[in-house]
Formats: sequence, structure tokens, C-alpha cells
Amino acid sequence: MEETQSKFTQKSQKRKFEQFGRTISFICIAFIVLVVLSILYFVISKGLSTFTTDGVSVIDFLFGNTWRPGEVGENGAPLVGALPMILGSFYVTLLSAVLATPFAIAAAIYMIEISPKNGKKILQPVIELLVGIPSVVYGFIGLTVIVPFIRNIFGGTGFGILSATMVLFVMILPTVTSMAVDALNAVPRHYREASLAMGGTRWQTIYKVVLRAATPGLLTAVVFGMARAFGEALAVQMVIGNAALVPTDLITPASTLTSILTMSMGNTVMGTLENNVLWSLATILLVMALFFNILTRWIGKKGAMKK
Amino acid sequence: MVTNEKIIETNDVHLYYGKNEALKGITLDFNPNEITALIGPSGCGKSTYLRTLNRMNDLIQDVTITGQVKYKGKDIYSPKMDTVELRKKIGMVFQQPNPFPFSVFDNVAYGLRISGMKDKQKIQHIVEESLKKAAVWDDVKDKLHDSALALSGGQQQRVCIARVIAIEPEIILLDEPTSALDPVSSGKIENMLLELKENYTMIMVTHNMQQASRISDNTAFFLQGHLIEHGKTRQIFTNPTQQETEDYISGRFG
Ligand SMILES: Nc1ncnc2c1ncn2[C@@H]1O[C@H](COP(=O)(O)OP(=O)(O)O)[C@@H](O)[C@H]1O
Ligand SMILES: [Mg+2]
Repeated sequence: MEETQSKFTQKSQKRKFEQFGRTISFICIAFIVLVVLSILYFVISKGLSTFTTDGVSVIDFLFGNTWRPGEVGENGAPLVGALPMILGSFYVTLLSAVLATPFAIAAAIYMIEISPKNGKKILQPVIELLVGIPSVVYGFIGLTVIVPFIRNIFGGTGFGILSATMVLFVMILPTVTSMAVDALNAVPRHYREASLAMGGTRWQTIYKVVLRAATPGLLTAVVFGMARAFGEALAVQMVIGNAALVPTDLITPASTLTSILTMSMGNTVMGTLENNVLWSLATILLVMALFFNILTRWIGKKGAMKK
Repeated sequence: MVTNEKIIETNDVHLYYGKNEALKGITLDFNPNEITALIGPSGCGKSTYLRTLNRMNDLIQDVTITGQVKYKGKDIYSPKMDTVELRKKIGMVFQQPNPFPFSVFDNVAYGLRISGMKDKQKIQHIVEESLKKAAVWDDVKDKLHDSALALSGGQQQRVCIARVIAIEPEIILLDEPTSALDPVSSGKIENMLLELKENYTMIMVTHNMQQASRISDNTAFFLQGHLIEHGKTRQIFTNPTQQETEDYISGRFG
């Protein structure tokens, strides 16, 4: 009798414990959601006040090409055109992704299809190391190696979109590569066997079966790299020159959303237009981050549907 | 073709996975346009033997093969042998249906395209013919451009067979092609294989004794890496000469 009773109480204790655990994890999740929502609210409401409080038109902000916050143009409207930075951000992102993609895929093919032994022993650790290097180091290397290099070849100051692209290329390469490796790894072995058994050469098998089957994963890898490039601030700021001008070529100083943000952050007063437009830039970054996120999910879903 | 000329001859084939000897001297020949069933308990080396015939074991590390495998009189393990061409002549169907994650059409056209065929109409024609021969045309004719992975297991396997037929091999190796399928699908595949016999030589691993007795001309019984007995299917099933063969077959029939 006593035994059964103790058993019962033990059980309900377990239940209590479980309940306790659930409550804790629910609180944690609720907390995270709350933090994310408040950040969103804070950034977006501040960012919108440029348009609501200061009366800047959205068109002028997105498509205006003169960025001189604090000054007004001939028509009396503040000169807060963000187009130079928006274009700068898109240029460096796209160029670095275009550059990194073939390298990343080639490296992944080598590691998975051609020489898994060397891949695991040499390339894998190198990539993991590269992922862990802080961005200021990349920026510093860019400043001391890439900028002078480009100055020597093309003339000018060496600062500009090309330097930023090079730095971002090196920065996103390891991320894109390791995700591409995962994508190729996820291609079942029996696809390769089927192709080889039909008289496919190794290269045909890689090119026509493995890469094709891995396409959604590879796209996700590239989009991830782009998201990282788009959001990178410090390293870019160190090599791009930070001139808020619409980029006309790749080797004159330009700027990105992030570089202008980090440069100007400390120099404005809360509540002024100069400060509010920075929040508007941040809102663009946030929206883009959201866009990249949705894009990867969409690719994932498309890929899953095909299977 | 002279009927008594062997299309594949294997002579004292030994195969080692590392130090583990999986095939212990297999000597076996195959006649053209016949179906040979390879039977025997799991792990006795049937798949391993099958894969020596189109050199698929080359893909596994640490495999050593001795002895001779001849396809139409030519040693396929000689350094001069082009494995890519060889595998176009000796097709293979796997145990698990393994269509590519492409459309049905692209699956069947795959072998043609990698062989450099560009003529769209010709490809279209061969794809259709192959699907018809594989008895799956009626199932897929309206979904040629849908993913092959959306088909049922039995349909997938028949598409895989069509994929092999499209490149017009002379020999088709089948490794338990119906073991992952329901009886109805298996029956369809069996009938289809019987029809294909006119034009192809088939070597099929099977676990299913009824299947072996229904469709094969010859049967070879493997046990622990040895070939115990081979001959006409009828004779193996009704009057085996070896005790092990009899035990295995009767054990299976229950
Ligand atoms: N890739 C491999 N590496 C090492 N040993 C293997 C491999 N494939 C099969 N074997 C071994 O070879 C033997 C024969 O296997 P298999 O040919 O698959 O038998 P079956 O098809 O008759 O069931 C088994 O003992 C198995 O463990
Ligand atoms: Mg097997």
C-alpha cells in the first residue's frame, strides 16, 4: 500500500517537473519573441519618423542621390537621398556573391566528389578557421593589402567598391563553401550510382546529376552569403572610402548602408532628422534581412516540393 | 547471333573487400537472350557478383578482384577497357527505385543526352518507346514533365528500367528489382521482363523463389561466396544435385 502510494507521488512529481520545464522554455521563447518584436518596432517606428515627423517623401529618400543630412536643397527639402548607399550595398553584395559562388562550388565539388580525403583533412579545417575570423581582421587586411594593391593597379585612392567586393568575397567564401558542401553531401549516393551505372562519366555525373539535385541547397548557400555581405559593416567601412556618392565606377570611394550607419551613428543627436534618417537606413537593412530570410525559406520549400 | 555463344563468361572470380573474401572463385557463363536468376541467402555475395559484371565495384575503395570477366570475349578488367562504354552496354537496375529528382522525361532521356544526342524528336521518340517497353507509358504519359519522385514505387522502378532500356544495352543487371514493391507491381515488372527477354540478356538477383521459378531460364545458387550449383531453372527447382540447394529452396517454399 505504502509502496504504491510512493509510486503515485513520484509520478506526479515527474509531471510537476515536466510542467516546470515547459513553463521555463515557454517563458524563454516568449522573451525572445518580445525582444525581436521590440527591436522591430523600435527600428521601424524611428525609421518611419523621417517621413512622418520630418516630412521627407519616401521617393526622395529612396531615389534621391544627394546625401547631405542637415542641409536642404533648392526646393527646401532636406538632402537625404539614400540611393548612393542603397546602390553601394547592392553592388558589393551582388559582385561578391557572383565572385564567391564559382569558387565555393568548385571547392565543394573538390571536397565531396573529387578528393574527400584531402577535403576533410585540409580544406575543412581551413574553412572552419576562416569562418571564425572576426570581420575587423578582414577589414584590416583589406586596408593594408587590397587597397594599396588596387591603388597600384588602377590608380586613385584604392578605396571603393572593388576593394569592398574583394574583402567581402574572402569573408563570405567560407560560409558559402561550407553550406555548398552540405548541399552536395545531402545528395543521396544512389543518384551518383545510377548515373555512373548508365555510362555517365564522373564529370557528367557531377555536372548533370549532383549539381542539379543540389541546386536548391546551393542557391540557399549563395543567398546566405549575400545576406552576410549585405549586412557586413566594419570590414566594408574600412575599405570602401565612405563617400556618399552614387557609384559610377568600382575604384572611386563609395559607401553602403552599413558603412554610413557606423560612420555617422555617434555624430547625431536623438530625435533630429540627421538621426532619424539613419534609422531609416537601418529599416532598409532590416527589410532586406527579412527578404533574404524569406528567400531562403522559399527556395527550401521549392526544393522540397520537387522531391 | 549464334545462340550457343556466351555473352558473359566469368572464370574463377574472387573478390575481396579489404581482407574479407566475398566471392570465392565463381565460374559462370550467360547465354544471350535468357534470364538468369541469382539466388541465395542474404550476404552470400549475389549483389557483389552482379556488380563485378559492370565494374560497379570499382567505386568502392579497397576492393581487389582476381580471375576473369569477359563480355563478348573481351576481358572487361583489362586496362584497355572503357568502363563508360561498358556500362552503356551493361545496364543496371537497383534494389531501391532510384530515379533522379528530375521529371520522368528527363530521367529517361538522361542516358541519351549524356551520350551526346541532341535531336529533340529522336529523344522524344526513344523516351516514349522505352516507357512503353517498360510497361509504364500508360501510367506516366500525362505526367512526363512531373517529378519522377512523385510516382509510386512500382512506377518509379519501371521508369528506372525504361531509363536503362533507352540507351539500348545488351545486358540488364537487376538487383532484387521488386523486393521493395507490392505484389501487384512486382507482377507487372515480371511480365515486362519476360517481354524484354527477346531483345536483352538479363541477370537478376532475387530473394523470391516463386519469381525465380516463374521467369528465369537459368538459376545459380550462391552460398557464402561460393557458387554451389547452376543450371536450367526447372532442373534446379525440381531436381537439385546439391543438398544445400535443396535445403534452401525447400526452406523457402516452406
Ligand atoms: N561495400 C562493401 N564493403 C565491405 N563489405 C561488403 C560491401 N558490400 C558487401 N560486403 C560484404 O560482402 C558480402 C556479400 O554481400 P552482398 O554481395 O551484398 O550479398 P547479397 O547481395 O547476396 O545479400 C557480405 O558479407 C557483405 O557484408
Ligand atoms: Mg544484395
